[in-house]
Amino acid sequence: MATIAVPRPGEYRRPVVLEWLTTVDHKKLGILYLYFTMFFFAVGGILALLVRTQLAVADNDFVDNHAYNQIFTMHASAMLFLFIIPIWAAFGNYVVPLQIGAADMAFPRINALSFWLLPPAGLLMFAGFLVDGGSAAAGWTAYSPLARTMGTGMDLWIIAVVLLGISSTIGAANFLVTMLRMRAPGMTLFRMPVFCWNIFVTSLLQLLATPVLASALAMLYIDRNFGGSFFDPNGGGNAVLWQNVFWFYSHPAVYIMILPGMGIVSEILPVFSRKPLFGYKAFVFATLGIGGLGFSVWAHHMFTTGAVLKPFFGFMTFMIGVPTGVKIFNWLATMWRGSISFEPPMLFAIGFVSMFLIGGINGTFSAAVPVDFAIHDTYFVVAHIHYVLFGGSVFAVFGGLYYWFPKIFGRRLSDSLGNAQFVLMFIGFNLAFFPMHLLGLDGMPRRIATYNNTDWEFLNMLSTTGAFLIAVSMIPFLMAVVKAFMSPADQPNDPWQGNTLEWYTSSPPPVHNFDDLPEIHSERPLFDLRHGTTGGH
Amino acid sequence: MAAYGVAVPHKKQLSNGMLGFILFLASEVMFFGGLFAAYFIARADAPEWPPESLLTAEQLARGVELHLELPLTLIATILLVLSSVTIQLAVMQIGKGRRSGMVWWLFISIVLGVVFLAMQMYDYSQLPFGSGDTVFGTTFYTLTGFHGAHVAGGVIFMLVVLVRGLGGQFSSEHHEAVEACSFYWHFVDIVWIALFTTLYIVG
Repeated sequence: MATIAVPRPGEYRRPVVLEWLTTVDHKKLGILYLYFTMFFFAVGGILALLVRTQLAVADNDFVDNHAYNQIFTMHASAMLFLFIIPIWAAFGNYVVPLQIGAADMAFPRINALSFWLLPPAGLLMFAGFLVDGGSAAAGWTAYSPLARTMGTGMDLWIIAVVLLGISSTIGAANFLVTMLRMRAPGMTLFRMPVFCWNIFVTSLLQLLATPVLASALAMLYIDRNFGGSFFDPNGGGNAVLWQNVFWFYSHPAVYIMILPGMGIVSEILPVFSRKPLFGYKAFVFATLGIGGLGFSVWAHHMFTTGAVLKPFFGFMTFMIGVPTGVKIFNWLATMWRGSISFEPPMLFAIGFVSMFLIGGINGTFSAAVPVDFAIHDTYFVVAHIHYVLFGGSVFAVFGGLYYWFPKIFGRRLSDSLGNAQFVLMFIGFNLAFFPMHLLGLDGMPRRIATYNNTDWEFLNMLSTTGAFLIAVSMIPFLMAVVKAFMSPADQPNDPWQGNTLEWYTSSPPPVHNFDDLPEIHSERPLFDLRHGTTGGH
Repeated sequence: MAAYGVAVPHKKQLSNGMLGFILFLASEVMFFGGLFAAYFIARADAPEWPPESLLTAEQLARGVELHLELPLTLIATILLVLSSVTIQLAVMQIGKGRRSGMVWWLFISIVLGVVFLAMQMYDYSQLPFGSGDTVFGTTFYTLTGFHGAHVAGGVIFMLVVLVRGLGGQFSSEHHEAVEACSFYWHFVDIVWIALFTTLYIVG
């Protein structure tokens, strides 16, 4: 492939506010995504603390039933739709073009549109608290017919989620074209960093699953506002239809929420173990396998409806444990006999692997149909999703933040404060969510505003203590951020001895990302540069 | 060190824009897939189709009847299929560098699209049931309504391309927007053929 030199784009100076409002630079948009999502992480976290306060003791009346329903619904909606899913777009935006040696995303203006759909969506969703009947209160799953009976807040929620869906669909197309077409010379698909591969498969899932959610939401909206009967058996509709179309998106969405985290961990583990990622290709195929199987397991959320083919969906759900197990094996084998250094990114990555393993195992429990019948809609399920989404995704988020902070801001987050955050968060997390397994097995139902069984009080109190400990663990993180911004931006290009191209350019990178690129012979071009080519794929 | 630069493709391949557009169409297919799934599930559940027995006394008193008008829709269908041909002729014209030919065929396609929409609206006004009259009405208006919205979107897309064509922005080498527009219009047409077959012929 021949290349022609292009003149380096100069810095185009504009007033700061105008620049940030109209930027199409993938790095600035990535930072905007980061601020937006961390804000809603805080909002969702405060709502979680309200939930835990209410549940701390039996027969509590800290909030009333209706308020409680709104709080847990908005906690989940904020955490899933306004924090986890878009924060992967934050990392993806910042890191993917750098890792593939591109100057920007394929469609910078569509990229800006993807971001700017988020603030109105967040506002609309939370505006529900201001209208009659309050915000959406049917859970983040908005099961019908319950969701058909809610107040206006539900409509605002639907519109918000549709906007978020459009954002993530066009964002996905953008990521796919970027990775298919903008890779640096020499970077074949199988030399693409493994984080990019995870974003790639995530984007495929988003592109194909999110529109189905949009169709489901359109049906719900029509049922609620135009007398429709999609989910109303009186008019010939089918209440289970909602669950089918909803989970057809929302199960792949579970992988949308975890795959990029797996990608981040797979970047961190090799760097801090001083070894290549074990089984790069197996890892890539496992990611594709999870993506593919992800479309065939949605009905395991619906075993108790009795309206789905249980053996098939149970079997497929067990199958998805196989590529996931491959990944766990890859991570362990990467660390095996490595020369490991325990800096904060590595701590969070190891935290991810161990906590995600628990989340995977208790998920596989639930794949067994008889077990699922016993634990369906109990706190066991709540424990499971928090082990994968908090123990998994959120640990990966912080791992990624500590890892890429020097690249993004040119400053390094304090190691000691990072260690303190990890220890507090790890203890708090397990304290908050492990007891939920036991509560679930003991039959405590989820989504109830209070309980009168005093046997459950001790474990609930433990869980509440853990939740507040997680909140406390954010203090060292905020201190680390403040401290970093008060110190000079003095980070070298490559503070961690990284493997991938983002560490080749300055920290933070210039507007055009790269002045030049090294030759790329493997998925670790910077390792090759330091140590000579070791031969790649 | 390889020089930083822009890769020059040495073989003809889809541009980034077209690739992105095709991915967008894939997401559209999934959107309609969800709606079709709802229709087939409703139909599989129904005691008979159309589900006349579900009509309440109140609906019967209002004169609600669950049947569709085939002849008018058949004409509309033929016009829409024809417009797929005419937009393809527009693409072929600009491929030969004939700008005015492209503009004329685009204009005809727009007219056909608008006539289709007008006939759909007339049909809506005449049908003896509404979106609230059993799942039959709900699925009919939702599926055809979302399709109609896409036809309207396609008409706007064609108008934009038409105006750009009048402005002389396309040539035999550079006319990607015209092709993207034709892809979109074919997609809308194929969805309609699937809808027409499902709602009118199988129904």
